Amino acid sequence: MRLRVGALLLAVAAPAAAQPRDTLTIGITQYPSTFHPNIENMAAKSYVLGFARRPLTAYGADWRLACLTCETLPSIENGLAERETTPDGKAGIRVTYRLREGLRWGDGTPVSSDDLRFAWEAGRDAATGFGPAEFYRSAYELIVVDPRTVTLRFDRVTFEYASMGDFQPLPAHIERERWQADPRTYRTRTAYDTETTNPGLWNGPWRITDVRPGASVTLDRNPAWNGEAPAFRRITIRTVENTPALEAQLLAGQVDMIAGELGLPIEQAIALERRTGNRFRFLFQPGLIYEHLDVRLDQPPLSDRRLRQALLLATDRRTITERLFAGRQPIANTGVNPLDPMHDADVRQWPFDLARARALLDEAGWTPGPDGIRRNAAGERLSLEFMTTAGNRGREAVQQVLQGMWRAAGIEARIRNEPPRVFFAETLSHRRFQGLALFAWISAPESVPRSALNSDEIPREATNWSGQNFGGYRNAEMDVLTQTIPEQLDVARRREMWRRLQAIYAEDLPAIPLWFRSDAHVWPQWLEGVRPTGHLNVSTLWAEEWRVR
Amino acid sequence: MVPRDGIPKDPILWRGGLEGRRPSNLRRPMTRILATRLAQIALTLAILSFCAFALIALMPGDPIEVAIAGDPRLTAIDAARLRALHGLDQPFTTRYLAWASGLLQGGFGYSRLFAQPVAALLLPALLSTLALAGTALAIALVAGVGLGALAASRPRSAPLVDAIAVMGQAMPTFWLGILLIIAFAVTLGWLPAGGTADHGLGLSYLVLPVATLAAAHLAAYARHSAASLEATLTEPWIRTARARGAPESRVLLRHAFPNAALPVLQIAALDAGALAGGALVTETVFARPGMGKLLYDAVMGNDTNLALIALLLVALVTMLATLGADLAQRALDPRLRER
Repeated sequence: MRLRVGALLLAVAAPAAAQPRDTLTIGITQYPSTFHPNIENMAAKSYVLGFARRPLTAYGADWRLACLTCETLPSIENGLAERETTPDGKAGIRVTYRLREGLRWGDGTPVSSDDLRFAWEAGRDAATGFGPAEFYRSAYELIVVDPRTVTLRFDRVTFEYASMGDFQPLPAHIERERWQADPRTYRTRTAYDTETTNPGLWNGPWRITDVRPGASVTLDRNPAWNGEAPAFRRITIRTVENTPALEAQLLAGQVDMIAGELGLPIEQAIALERRTGNRFRFLFQPGLIYEHLDVRLDQPPLSDRRLRQALLLATDRRTITERLFAGRQPIANTGVNPLDPMHDADVRQWPFDLARARALLDEAGWTPGPDGIRRNAAGERLSLEFMTTAGNRGREAVQQVLQGMWRAAGIEARIRNEPPRVFFAETLSHRRFQGLALFAWISAPESVPRSALNSDEIPREATNWSGQNFGGYRNAEMDVLTQTIPEQLDVARRREMWRRLQAIYAEDLPAIPLWFRSDAHVWPQWLEGVRPTGHLNVSTLWAEEWRVR
Repeated sequence: MVPRDGIPKDPILWRGGLEGRRPSNLRRPMTRILATRLAQIALTLAILSFCAFALIALMPGDPIEVAIAGDPRLTAIDAARLRALHGLDQPFTTRYLAWASGLLQGGFGYSRLFAQPVAALLLPALLSTLALAGTALAIALVAGVGLGALAASRPRSAPLVDAIAVMGQAMPTFWLGILLIIAFAVTLGWLPAGGTADHGLGLSYLVLPVATLAAAHLAAYARHSAASLEATLTEPWIRTARARGAPESRVLLRHAFPNAALPVLQIAALDAGALAGGALVTETVFARPGMGKLLYDAVMGNDTNLALIALLLVALVTMLATLGADLAQRALDPRLRER
């Protein structure tokens, strides 16, 4: 009997044994809701598809735009981009892309101009249900030059003309027929979700070979890939939403690494690093996730700029980042990241200065009351509603600290948190918050914050509550800048405009800047070559460079 | 426990000795009972579907509003287009009727959250949950009733059983789960910390979640069966059986246990229904796909089709389990057949 029990224990223990080094198991905290590259936009999908398909262009780890499936990045200088006038007389631009030679889908079919044409046609049709359609509205014509070359004509000139964003070839030989049958139901019949393991859908170094909804995605080497040969025969991506459970799977050897893009909260990763010593390699990559306080600007008391400045002066951000995040998250002065080429290092800064904060509040007519909270001439207490996403332990901890710091300046913060869905989809977007809202923005390098700062982008019922200027910020000069910066192709002039934008931001404080979040990447000691980007283009887009040390 | 019509109330004696003389008016046709209960189940499901649909529709933030808040590139035109495409621009009643008519025609619909037909998602989740919850429930039932019997028949062991029960009930599932993971997966490395096997049954992946889930339920069964057995063992027919010289094991198993099992059976039926809805905490801690997590994701992700079908399935299993328990009770207790 004892022997049987022993044999059983050995048998059940077997799967936990070490894996060979030609496989890699990655833990992430989210599962993709679709595998179609153009339907919905979520980080988990970008991460998984980074292994299996490649867009035309992407921003690299150096935050510079690069070709992935194209041969040369178009520019005015190399003649692949030409300014022109659109048929209806507007300033436009045409850009030409040539697909890399030898690029094939997993079933051997060459990736061709027809695949780009199909992607463009499907995106142009409003019934298809792709997410943001601005790109397809602006790209009013696609000309097939030859089987590997297309020219796109846009009715708007922006400095980002060479960036194709999410536009990428879709396998017309598989998808066109399904789409043509009924564009309205295409999203429920696409092979990306009904035949996800069809090799013809994938043109990257790996192709998806197994899918377990909500649990895992397995990818095997794509024999049709003609780029740099990947080191790993198989990559398994496991979804473990609970981060302590994810950490346990890492420690138990069930996952080899935790992706920084969708992994542990920074405070958990810092604690794990302290506990495990050098068992793993940790990299804290600062990125474009901008933690800040959105401020209700169109109603008192925060409509007074002095009050916003006093709030920032009373916030000891350095102490918070050092105590809570071990100094791993850079302090923000505006929404422009220090890694961004347009960042202005000389922008006005507001270091912690409680005395100045108090003086500003005095100047604004708020004097200390008997309970330490300030009051104005009408006897109203300086009490602000302070909201964030309930259940986010990191943010809730920050909220408590800020509440204490502001109290020292005589400002009361009344915490009222909501579940993320209610907070983002109702309270913020319908502008139902009354004081301060703590959350984060993520953007791309040199992304002009038009949706957050232009007065046209204040959400209202007439525009279906679109726009992200939740605070209701209105500044005529900022409106002009957010409208004209994208149209300025000259880098030096654009830099000057960015400098002005940051100066206004730092003075006006349409939002209270806190810090830029860092992604916590946890890798095994034997893995090298992973280059986190810190922005929306994930590290897996260059995963063929990952190697076993 | 009042005897009626001169029939001895010890069901074992009654079953064994008087079966042939049972009055015919005590038995209502089983088919009629079944038909009535099944009609009640169908009506409950219909009402439940409407209420659940209304509650999900009333939840703040539709999927398009969530998308708009997170993606600055979505314009007002995009929002209107996507809302129409997902049918969210229709009135609530129109959407409910369209959904209900689709369901009556056998269409479970499509999950927006997982981009899969709902039926394709439910089956593996249900099987995974049945494997986890079914095993845990069976182990908890056997071990719990065993401990209960031990406490009732050997009073000296009662404090120990009580202590085990209190520990099982007091220990939060997520905490026990994490403790087991640290001990058996991280420290000893004997068992996986979570997830499911890539191939095969993956029994090793079941051990820790089953142990976690069984611990909480075992405590309840131990306490209920101990209390019930203690009460039953004081009944006159037990004294009669002992006076006749029946061995203690026979007294316990043949005479006392079938009577004492009735409340435990009812609890087990309710547990079975609840567990069909998944063990959300256990599934989350051990990263196991299952009904609990699927249902939670569907509700939080505003995936109406998936949430509704999963809810109705859970309700159906709960009601069928309760019906099964009622029928089993009728089989065990003849007094119920008189009603």
